Amino acid sequence: MTGPNPTVAPSDPNGALATTVSSSAPGGLVKSVVELDRVVIRLAGDSGDGMQLTGNRFTSETASFGNDLKTLPNFPAEIRAPTGTLPGVSSFQLQFADHDVMTPGDAPDVLVAMNPAALKANLAELPGGGLLIVDSDEFTPRNLAKVGYATNPLEDGSLEGWQTVSVPLTSMTLDALADSGLGKKEAERSKNMFTLGLLSWMYHRPTEGTIRFLERTFRRKPEIAAANIAAFRAGYNYGDTTEAFAVSYEIKPAPMQPGRYRNISGNQALALGLVAAGQRAGLPVFLGAYPITPASDILHELSRHKAFGVRTFQAEDEIAGIGAALGASFGGALGITTTSGPGVALKGETIGLAVMTELPLVIVDVQRGGPSTGLPTKTEQSDLLQAMFGRNGEAPVPVIAPRSPGDCFDAAVEATRIALTYRTPVMLLSDGYLANGAEPWAIPDAASLPDLSGAAGFATEPNGEDGEFLPYLRDPETLARAWAIPGTAGMQHRIGGLEKADRTGNISYDPANHDFMTRTRQAKIDGIAASIPPTDVEDPDGDARVAVIGWGSTYGPIGAACRRIRTSGRKVAQIHLRHINPFPADLGEVLARYDRVICPEMNLGQLALLLRAKFLVDVQSHTQVRGMPFRSAELAAVIQDAIDTGKPAAVNGAPQ
Amino acid sequence: MTTIDLGMPAEGPIADAIAASVESHGEKQTALKAKDLKTDQEVRWCPGCGDYVILNAVQSFLPSLGIAREDMVIVSGIGCSSRFPYYMNTYGMHSIHGRAPAIATGLAASRPDLSVWVVTGDGDALSIGGNHLIHALRRNVNMTILLFNNRIYGLTKGQYSPTSEVGKVTKSTPMGSLDHPFNPVSLALGADATFVGRAMDSDRKGLTEVLRQAAEHQGTALVEIYQNCNIFNDGAFDLLKDSSTGPMWTIPLEHGKPLVFGPDGASCVVREDFGGLRIAETNQVDASEIVVHDATREDPSYAFALSRLSSQDLRYTPMGVFRSVRKPSYEQMMAEQLHEARLQGPGDLDELLAGGDTWTVSS
Repeated sequence: MTGPNPTVAPSDPNGALATTVSSSAPGGLVKSVVELDRVVIRLAGDSGDGMQLTGNRFTSETASFGNDLKTLPNFPAEIRAPTGTLPGVSSFQLQFADHDVMTPGDAPDVLVAMNPAALKANLAELPGGGLLIVDSDEFTPRNLAKVGYATNPLEDGSLEGWQTVSVPLTSMTLDALADSGLGKKEAERSKNMFTLGLLSWMYHRPTEGTIRFLERTFRRKPEIAAANIAAFRAGYNYGDTTEAFAVSYEIKPAPMQPGRYRNISGNQALALGLVAAGQRAGLPVFLGAYPITPASDILHELSRHKAFGVRTFQAEDEIAGIGAALGASFGGALGITTTSGPGVALKGETIGLAVMTELPLVIVDVQRGGPSTGLPTKTEQSDLLQAMFGRNGEAPVPVIAPRSPGDCFDAAVEATRIALTYRTPVMLLSDGYLANGAEPWAIPDAASLPDLSGAAGFATEPNGEDGEFLPYLRDPETLARAWAIPGTAGMQHRIGGLEKADRTGNISYDPANHDFMTRTRQAKIDGIAASIPPTDVEDPDGDARVAVIGWGSTYGPIGAACRRIRTSGRKVAQIHLRHINPFPADLGEVLARYDRVICPEMNLGQLALLLRAKFLVDVQSHTQVRGMPFRSAELAAVIQDAIDTGKPAAVNGAPQ
Repeated sequence: MTTIDLGMPAEGPIADAIAASVESHGEKQTALKAKDLKTDQEVRWCPGCGDYVILNAVQSFLPSLGIAREDMVIVSGIGCSSRFPYYMNTYGMHSIHGRAPAIATGLAASRPDLSVWVVTGDGDALSIGGNHLIHALRRNVNMTILLFNNRIYGLTKGQYSPTSEVGKVTKSTPMGSLDHPFNPVSLALGADATFVGRAMDSDRKGLTEVLRQAAEHQGTALVEIYQNCNIFNDGAFDLLKDSSTGPMWTIPLEHGKPLVFGPDGASCVVREDFGGLRIAETNQVDASEIVVHDATREDPSYAFALSRLSSQDLRYTPMGVFRSVRKPSYEQMMAEQLHEARLQGPGDLDELLAGGDTWTVSS
């Protein structure tokens, strides 16, 4: 083992507080326990090293311990890039705390690097003095050469700026599994569980959940389950007894609203929200989808819930996915399609048909880096304008966005409410960060969820003066048309993509009718604003002169940045939009109150463009498209600059 | 009269809406006449178009199925034939180009209690919608696809289509088209379609018979209907329609009957090497060599070989049902999976939301 013993708390770019409490461990070894208010850990390894699984398990342990947390999985698009290379590095970052946290942390306090590639790819982001744990067994001349290390960083002094603990994780795992009967290759695969055991000791995590998880996951391969559990325990015991780690850390549970909690990812929450929405509407759910990263997990999750009458259809392509969903909607189901940006591009024509036929449909776009195939596993918010305008003709579609993984649940229910109430396709914009990120989630009581059964009402009686059925006769308040489903006697009608005559829905090429229908479709979508709450402004002092406005997954980083600003004695208002089309009715007035409005986005200024166009407000765009969430420290600097200088904020290439 | 029992939708608002409408209308009206299926919409095909003949045949034939109007849905794509739903007093959707099989799949999969029909053309089904067609066929969702093949793009005013013969001179191919056409029957059989038939627009009797078998079929049925476009491809099927040449080049397919055709039964179909079929003169072969048509063969190779007898200029064109085999249909299997999942008890939403590992924070 090399490197100094970490006897002090890791340096903390996130401003964590540390208190040292001494204690002794078994065997007379004196170990101390340091109390921290928060920690950011990053696990990095080869794509095959199981870093995502390790991170998810650590997250589950941490969630059940009662800390608040946010996670950031980050992995390559390749399933297995060549072993030990930089493109193959997969990482998982987690921030957990004794108070509520809004982001997975800007930079790690602790970096675990399972091989030289993981070290090289991540070291620059570990602040000086940070704790670095490496698997020394993997620092072989061959592995070093693969990533261009001329000398071994564990030996050449280049890691002196960090608290480096070099541990032979692989060989200790093999030793622990010497009697397991597994071959070397198989036994080696448990090194991630050894590492998890070590971290579980370091941070006083509960272990029962992981043991249960391993037993459940490998119930058909008991020898693999036993090996993983043995490695996990060996890692834990190693921490407990080694001199290499003299300190362990305690992060007390975070105060949370009373209730029952679980850990949930955005894709999971979204899928559960869709099931719940179907149940609360009383409608069968039909999902038509084509596999695409990072949305496929919603298809996987929904396909497991057939007991709720959920039908999932893996279509031949994106177009068939939405086509089948629209066909199911015509038949009275809650039609849903899930995809990512390239899929939305293919679905555009069918979305237009749904606009024309005025049928309910939920379209979920889990955004990723674009254009084209872009960055399939990385996050971005660059589909907003596609969601708004990516169709031929005047084809308005409501757009909503969740702000956190757990919020994906509520967004799914809200998307369904709008789709059913207004008989319209609705675009729900999640993104890769929300989809794969996780957080504790207060489990709602099913009976307390919005009752959508009224919104789903089918027409069963003719509505015309002469006893005929008029499919395009509208509800005067919502402008929604009557929804009569096949099988209903006396209500036979034909719908389609050709322009409809008002009331009858027959084909009409009449110029005045087309003008009227185009404006009516727009008015229907604009009218949704009447059903949504006024703009929610978070401004504790109530007299901020600068507002930050965002949408989607930037809520956490913007929120954390605003906290920093307020801690420094400055004032800032945070506005985060759930509804982007239509905007809340009072948004224009609200924005006009501020001297400066800053809009951070993971695109080149798409919301800013809409706000400027709609409200003539001089919104200052701050943008980034690095495939990763904003760092809150960077955002805080931008906001602070805007507050202090009173001049236009620094912008990153945004149109000004 | 064939009566098709569609069954009832699952309990819930869909069944409730249907029950409410039945209550105000009395029992479901299944004794229909052709006029009950007409709408008040003016039919807007060109005078003399083959589509009129097909529409009349379908309106005359459908009542024989004993299905109420409200339980029938016709989904179409884009093209002349796809205006079909507007003229049928059933539920209907005139959708977008090529996507009708996908839309109908979602409808049929979620509503097994409906009789779902797709009306499409050669451009709609085989060009822009080729992918959806082959996947619908392999999945075997319960629906009937009527493919009106006029071997031309009519609605866009006369470009060659994926079934036009090589060398077709059109506006977009002044020196003749270069690409080899699809044979829709061969294509469907290649996708392992469980029911494939072919009929002629003007042959009311033959068309009705193929439609009847297609409607009774459980799964996806594809019926290719040769349809004359009298504006842009007039006379395309005259070789088969003309009373002097038709019998010579048409091979009528009747299950269980020897494939003998032509004036005085002069021609017949016999086996050839490598699993193929060929045309022979009846008096030159032994009666035992003549193929007896069997549409129920599990292996589609025979039906495929039949479909390959015809040439691009339509000589030796088999008409009738090529293949009709039983296979579980997609929506049935989907319903069975839902049923099986419910055997453990209907879903409990609170349990689902809680998932596995939870913890409680008390005040």
